[in-house]
Amino acid sequence: MKRYSAFAIAREAARYHTGWERAWASPKPKKKYDVIIVGAGGHGLATAYYLGKNFGITNVAVLEKGWLGGGNTGRNTTIIRSNYLQDASAAIYEKARSLYETMSQDLNYNVMFSPRGVIMLAQTEHEVRGYQRTAHANALQGVKTEFIGPERVKELVPIINIDGPRYPVLGGLWQERGGTARHDAVAWGYARACSQMGMDIIQKCEVTGVRSEGGKVVGVDTTQGAIDCDKLGMVVAGHSGVLAEMAGFRLPIESLSLQALVSEPIKPCMDVVVMANTVHGYMSQSDKGEMVIGGGTDGYNNYTQRGSYHHIEETVRALVETFPMISRLKMLRQWGGIVDMTGDRSPILSKAPVDGIFVNCGWGTGGFKAIPGSGWAMAELMAKGHSPLTEEFGLNRFSEGRFIDESVAAGVAH
Amino acid sequence: MLILHCPYCGVDAEETELHAGGEAHLKRFGPGSSDEEFEGYLFHRENPKGVHFERWRHVNGCGKWFHAARCTNTLEVFGTYSAQVFEPPQELQDKISAKRPGWEWRDLKGSDQ
Repeated sequence: MKRYSAFAIAREAARYHTGWERAWASPKPKKKYDVIIVGAGGHGLATAYYLGKNFGITNVAVLEKGWLGGGNTGRNTTIIRSNYLQDASAAIYEKARSLYETMSQDLNYNVMFSPRGVIMLAQTEHEVRGYQRTAHANALQGVKTEFIGPERVKELVPIINIDGPRYPVLGGLWQERGGTARHDAVAWGYARACSQMGMDIIQKCEVTGVRSEGGKVVGVDTTQGAIDCDKLGMVVAGHSGVLAEMAGFRLPIESLSLQALVSEPIKPCMDVVVMANTVHGYMSQSDKGEMVIGGGTDGYNNYTQRGSYHHIEETVRALVETFPMISRLKMLRQWGGIVDMTGDRSPILSKAPVDGIFVNCGWGTGGFKAIPGSGWAMAELMAKGHSPLTEEFGLNRFSEGRFIDESVAAGVAH
Repeated sequence: MLILHCPYCGVDAEETELHAGGEAHLKRFGPGSSDEEFEGYLFHRENPKGVHFERWRHVNGCGKWFHAARCTNTLEVFGTYSAQVFEPPQELQDKISAKRPGWEWRDLKGSDQ
């Protein structure tokens, strides 16, 4: 496959762009693979990519029931940060953030990583103390964050109202190297790189059953026929429970709908990402000029990728006090994704009760930022049977009461 | 928007009046149970793409807890019923069977099975 470069653009410009190749192949499934990954979203493709890159395992198929990156990978608000409280989370999210720094070069695909900085606003005394604590924890974990005062917040975000009547801005947790990336490009870039290594990415191929013999996985049934494998990776976010049931085990996961929306595009007005967890909203401005806004999940199990209308109102109402100027903006569009929530709001990267099956799920409301780290760790887990990054995220933590409690640390959507 | 009929006060309440309370008919495992049972009670929840039974509270209304039968895939509401029962009334189960032949949920089986 030809490399993308400035030279390639010039070459193609000279011949009316007739020479561009398809970024990835669309083959028919083979009879058998060493590894099958179910789910061609960011996490699944990253897992396949690092299996090939770090461990030389390239006889891999990535199965996708819809189209590549059409689930939560293409539905999130693209925020990247690693300012978590617990050590295990900080390790895997910081691994991911650092991989984002060089991802475009690594994949030879521009993922538009924009380390514009992320502020998490402290709008109550409780939050001030909470984020100061996180900043200290991050210093020990080697994650660069700092707690900043309201004046600095105002300087970074001129459109913010720091002395609102209900929720004044008392400070913020600032991660300078956090930011955003182009979510589709992350999936596309990994897919192209995987295809280049000889892996098969098979879209419109829904898994309908998981076959095992003597407690060991032997393959899957799909809408494109049966496919055998030695190892199976389940990386399907909101549908993890459905897939686990096919394989005969249960996961401590509930699937909820999480929404996001964008405003009409406006001139550049905010060049950082702002998260306001007390009022429950987060906002950034896309390169197209839309204000990208996210809020909270629905409160009940839901597979519809829609979400309840009143959550849009709640989210926007909350943000209007802090950002008065957005009150005049029109909403352009709104969408939902199915997020897989665990009890402690931390992911599961683990061997499954069935031999040869590995699960990567439970990223809940904050999976996009973790894609490269999650794929890196999951690949190591699948190739070697263990990984330092996944040790704490095993399924056994629920029976052992050994939680990685980010629901308290992050408060809300993260 | 989700609208549930409160079986206690008779109001057709919309979502903002209600609070979701998670999976219905959980059996409590406490002291003396095995680790596995306790883990299941605390963390393992039914997460079906289809027929689901849940607890709801009419929080901004009469304040009472009740049960609801819903489809998580289409958001269709099959019906609501009293909180004072251990399983959904047969009548409601039959109604669900007519709409979703072959449904099953935890220890409940659809009537045609």
